[in-house]
Amino acid sequence: MLFSQFHIPFAAPEAMHIPDGFLSAPVAIAMWVITAAFVVLAVRRASREFDERMVPLMGVLAAFIFAAQAFNFPVAGGTSGHFLGGALAAILLGPWAGLLIMTAVIALQALIFQDGGLLAMGANIFVMGIVTVWIGYFVYQAMARFNRYAAAFIAGWLSVFVAAVMASFLLALSGTASLGVVLAAMATVHAFIGVGEGLITAGAVALVAAALPEMYGRQVSGRKTDRGTFIAGGVILALAVGVMAVFFASPSPDGLERVAEDKGFLGAAQGPLYELAPDYVVPGVTNETLAAVLAVILGTLLLFAVGYGIARALRRRSRRLAETPVVVTDSP
Amino acid sequence: MTEINGDEPVLHVHDLRYAYPDGREALNGVTMHVNHGEKVALVGPNGAGKSTLMLHFNGILKGNAGQVRVDGMDLVKENLGVIRAKVGLVFQNPDDQLFSTTVFEDVAFGPLHMGFSSEEVHHRVHDALEKVGIGDFAPRMPHHLSVGERKRVAMATVLAMGPSILVLDEPTAGLDPRGRRSLINLLRSLDATMLVSTHDMPLVGELFERMIVLDGGQVVADGPTAEIMANPELLEAHGLEAP
Amino acid sequence: MHIHVLDQYRHADSPVHRLDPRVKLVSALFFILACALTPDGAWPAFVALALLWLAVTLMADVSLTLLLRRGLIALPFMLAAVTVLFTIAGAPLLTIPLPFSDHTLVITDNGVIRFFTIMLKSWLSVLMALLLSATTTFPDILRALRGIGVPNVLVGVIGFMYRYMFVLGDEVLRLMRAREARMAWGPPGQKHGGTVIWRARIVGGMVGSLFVRSLDRSDRVYNAMVSRGYTGEIVWPDKPALHFPDIAWAGGFAVVLITIELWARLL
Ligand SMILES: Nc1ncnc2c1ncn2[C@@H]1O[C@H](COP(=O)(O)OP(=O)(O)OP(=O)(O)O)[C@@H](O)[C@H]1O
Ligand SMILES: [Mg+2]
Repeated sequence: MLFSQFHIPFAAPEAMHIPDGFLSAPVAIAMWVITAAFVVLAVRRASREFDERMVPLMGVLAAFIFAAQAFNFPVAGGTSGHFLGGALAAILLGPWAGLLIMTAVIALQALIFQDGGLLAMGANIFVMGIVTVWIGYFVYQAMARFNRYAAAFIAGWLSVFVAAVMASFLLALSGTASLGVVLAAMATVHAFIGVGEGLITAGAVALVAAALPEMYGRQVSGRKTDRGTFIAGGVILALAVGVMAVFFASPSPDGLERVAEDKGFLGAAQGPLYELAPDYVVPGVTNETLAAVLAVILGTLLLFAVGYGIARALRRRSRRLAETPVVVTDSP
Repeated sequence: MTEINGDEPVLHVHDLRYAYPDGREALNGVTMHVNHGEKVALVGPNGAGKSTLMLHFNGILKGNAGQVRVDGMDLVKENLGVIRAKVGLVFQNPDDQLFSTTVFEDVAFGPLHMGFSSEEVHHRVHDALEKVGIGDFAPRMPHHLSVGERKRVAMATVLAMGPSILVLDEPTAGLDPRGRRSLINLLRSLDATMLVSTHDMPLVGELFERMIVLDGGQVVADGPTAEIMANPELLEAHGLEAP
Repeated sequence: MHIHVLDQYRHADSPVHRLDPRVKLVSALFFILACALTPDGAWPAFVALALLWLAVTLMADVSLTLLLRRGLIALPFMLAAVTVLFTIAGAPLLTIPLPFSDHTLVITDNGVIRFFTIMLKSWLSVLMALLLSATTTFPDILRALRGIGVPNVLVGVIGFMYRYMFVLGDEVLRLMRAREARMAWGPPGQKHGGTVIWRARIVGGMVGSLFVRSLDRSDRVYNAMVSRGYTGEIVWPDKPALHFPDIAWAGGFAVVLITIELWARLL
């Protein structure tokens, strides 16, 4: 068996698999409850959609995502482009199936590799299997009619980026990391990692669109997003905002505010990071951590808007290129 | 369940046509039959349509035109359950056939679906594994097995269902000489009706009295093995060689 | 982490190996929960948890050094927790002036306590998860998941994933090797390697074609299931009953854990 002979890293490359010990019991359990509810819903929805084919289909595709995570390619400066897969799964199969596939992948990674904790698995599935999937799905749905490759790229990039932000908040909420530092670090690192995700997602979408135009058309262009999926998206958004709200409303168990006053480590560490990304500072907001969060949210929205604009602009070009075989026209 | 009647062939195919969804015409009017108790070899070059034809005997593929009957039954939905219990189909690639996490679970899959009791299932699994010479493999995981071992487990998965008709797609591919020999002995010892596709011409000569040659989705020869093997022009025209 | 450690199961005929997988899974989960619930700086409680782990490991007859070595895998994540050294309020222990600036780093006593608590929790949890997978085959873990109420369909999906990740993983390795074999340099002076976009397109294409092939495979697998009588409901072998030793073990383990937790709070 090749697998056992070659020492090739086959573990998830993203620094997002939170191990046990890093989430407080209340956070871990709350995330488990939320995740379990989503998984149960997804099992029901996917069973209806894929009927008796569901188990072999989802199982083999989960193995596909797992195997595809091993692909990497050099980007620049020693970093390599890696793949998480949530956005791609959602683009090709819809969010509910994507959620189940990612759940299987994350569960197996925790159970076999100890990559990500068991108690932390609820949170890990939420971050990497729910947030990524819904973001990937909606971003792609919103933009694919302009240019599907740009849409896939942005879906992939944003899914990883937002998931990293979410993971930072869960760590901070558990009191195991300081939000300012972790958020800045995770956001920066994943802004780069996300490029790999976006490029691979776009490349994969291009190939699938060319190889399986009928299936692709049925699954993606022709898909009508139903009410349940929208509601689920709204719930996820509310939960994400809720986590942040809880964080700021809580009586700051770890004296995060004190740090801001005391100009200890945080002031120093954030200095250079903030110089790298000066737009993190939002004028008029004094609490540095809060400012950082707002900046991230605003930045995300801004990037989304820019991406939307670019995709729109590219749309005109792709119309002209419509004769290339890879482009399967899916006119709006 | 229809009784086996004397004249009706066990496998009956008449003018069967099948095109894959991508438009590829794999079967172009196949007519053939296999009688009760017969052991028949199905040979032909790569892409001849052997695997495609075999998938019809279990109702997995449904021809676009023509007729397939198994034991006198049409392949309609109501009959599929009975037909699948009668016809044991072993796929060409054991990785497609073995989908469970342990050998036991995989071999037990068919019997469990047939509704046998727990003891009966254990008994059947054990028996089937013994028959293919790997009695102690039950707890092992399919991905740890060699290709030849996986082939044997694949055989066991259908033997455990006690089929009266075996449809085997290249059962000896990837087996070592000893494995091949024991498989030949096993096939000889079973009294089920058999249709076996293979590229292993010595096997055809040794085990099967009758052979069917398929090429381009059509039957191009059908008759006693000795006769067809003695016709080098025919064999060569269809990319085959006498042993 | 590397794929060669994929199957961590170490066969032995120990009392721990013989335990019902449901009991093992639930015990491991409770142990990890207990770690998470232990208060900061309750060192004796952590020692007790470590001893509990050690006792089970010795009973299980698996290599201690192997588990301890693999137990370090969560270590890199430590970086995320380093910040608590400086951000938790407490008496300053150490002040480090930062070069080229007038800022200083202040390590507090509570920060140090929190940091080591997190590390211990994480380490013990990983060790317990490792012990679980070293003494329980993956098919048994699947059985345990079913036993504790995970939806059958999901367990089925995870089982299929486990089976086919080896098949597809091999396919990926072959593709990657084929790619590497052709990643040659051109004549001297010529830029090699192509652009990032181009490289990404290649990998994206590989991922896409792997997806298409996986779809085909799932079709063939479905056919194989159907030909053996599958109609949409996976029929599983009967769940074995829990025997007295299993129940006694589960109860004993729970009592020990609860005792440790209560004690940790009284300390
Ligand atoms: N799923 C599929 N979709 C489209 N075409 C297919 C599919 N499977 C097989 N074919 C085509 O149908 C034809 C018959 O294939 P089949 O697998 O039946 O051949 P075979 O006789 O079994 O060959 P071999 O000896 O290589 O196993 C081939 O041309 C093949 O390319
Ligand atoms: Mg074939």
